[in-house]
Amino acid sequence: MQGIVIVSHAYGIAEGLKSLLLEIVKDVPITTAGGLDEHTIGTNLPRVTQAIEENEASTLHVFYDLGSALMNVEMAAELTEKTLIIHKSALVEGAFIAAAMMMSKASAESITEELKRLNVK
Amino acid sequence: MDLTTAQAWLKRFFALIEEHKAYLSELDNPIGDGDHGHNMARGAKAAEEALQAQTPTSLEGLFKSVGMSLLSKVGGASGPLYGSVFLAFANEVKGQEVIENPQQLFAAGLDAIVRRGKASVGEKTMVDVWSPFVEKLAEGVSLEDVEAMVLATKPLKATKGRAAYVGARSIGHIDPGSYSSGLFFKAYLKELA
Ligand SMILES: Nc1ncnc2c1ncn2[C@@H]1O[C@H](COP(=O)(O)OP(=O)(O)OP(=O)(O)O)[C@@H](O)[C@H]1O
Ligand SMILES: [Mg+2]
Repeated sequence: MQGIVIVSHAYGIAEGLKSLLLEIVKDVPITTAGGLDEHTIGTNLPRVTQAIEENEASTLHVFYDLGSALMNVEMAAELTEKTLIIHKSALVEGAFIAAAMMMSKASAESITEELKRLNVK
Repeated sequence: MDLTTAQAWLKRFFALIEEHKAYLSELDNPIGDGDHGHNMARGAKAAEEALQAQTPTSLEGLFKSVGMSLLSKVGGASGPLYGSVFLAFANEVKGQEVIENPQQLFAAGLDAIVRRGKASVGEKTMVDVWSPFVEKLAEGVSLEDVEAMVLATKPLKATKGRAAYVGARSIGHIDPGSYSSGLFFKAYLKELA
């Protein structure tokens, strides 16, 4: 199964994007690591790892925002057994298209190929 | 340097971070998001608490504990960067009673920063002080040398990290992560003296 992990410096961005995706998808597991907590901006390894492990899927499309988000995602990728596909696409558009494609049963490869168009990082 | 001295080194570093917290965040204002001092102080506090809760019995244990605290508590780029440094240090001193090869130790730290952040020399990151520090360590490096390395980040234009977003406007400001790394090296040199 494929899932989506959203990593953002801001709790509100991660949760807000998740709500946006839930408008169009039903059975796609989506987990988030937003902020250090509800009120504190930042990213850290434990929260990213938790979002990865909590997600029911074993192939995860990861979307992130700035600087340290990627460093923590890459560290987490080294620690998990799951397959992580780390996308360099614009956060909102990338996650949205991935979710939509998952609804139409697209493969991880075709999603990855499609998202390259949206690379901003 | 043995476990007791290494503990004193890190204690001194954490105290310097606390002391320069406001200044570190101030440095981060024009070229970043103004949180470097806060980030580092949060990490230093967590690291000290963890060391108090469980006293390390080896150099490896000391560095590992600090690395894990920084990884989980800092919250900015300095978290995974310094965190990786300490985990690399822990790996380097496995089974050692004293730090046998300081240059190799700091070189392993630098490697970890580069692996994590993918910055090269000249991109206005902490790599710009770690790299010359490691190079100079063999022949002997002074507090003044460290000071000069930190100041040398001022004219650089940032092409990595948050400061890269402000591009040419990053010129003329000291890189905050380089400043905190300078404090780390100074704490080390003072503890050796
Ligand atoms: N890719 C990198 N490689 C090496 N050092 C880096 C890199 N990115 C940032 N840094 C260092 O980290 C310092 C900033 O640390 P700080 O704790 O303020 O994180 P931040 O940039 O605010 O984090 P975030 O990416 O979460 O916004 C910079 O001054 C620089 O020395
Ligand atoms: Mg910052």
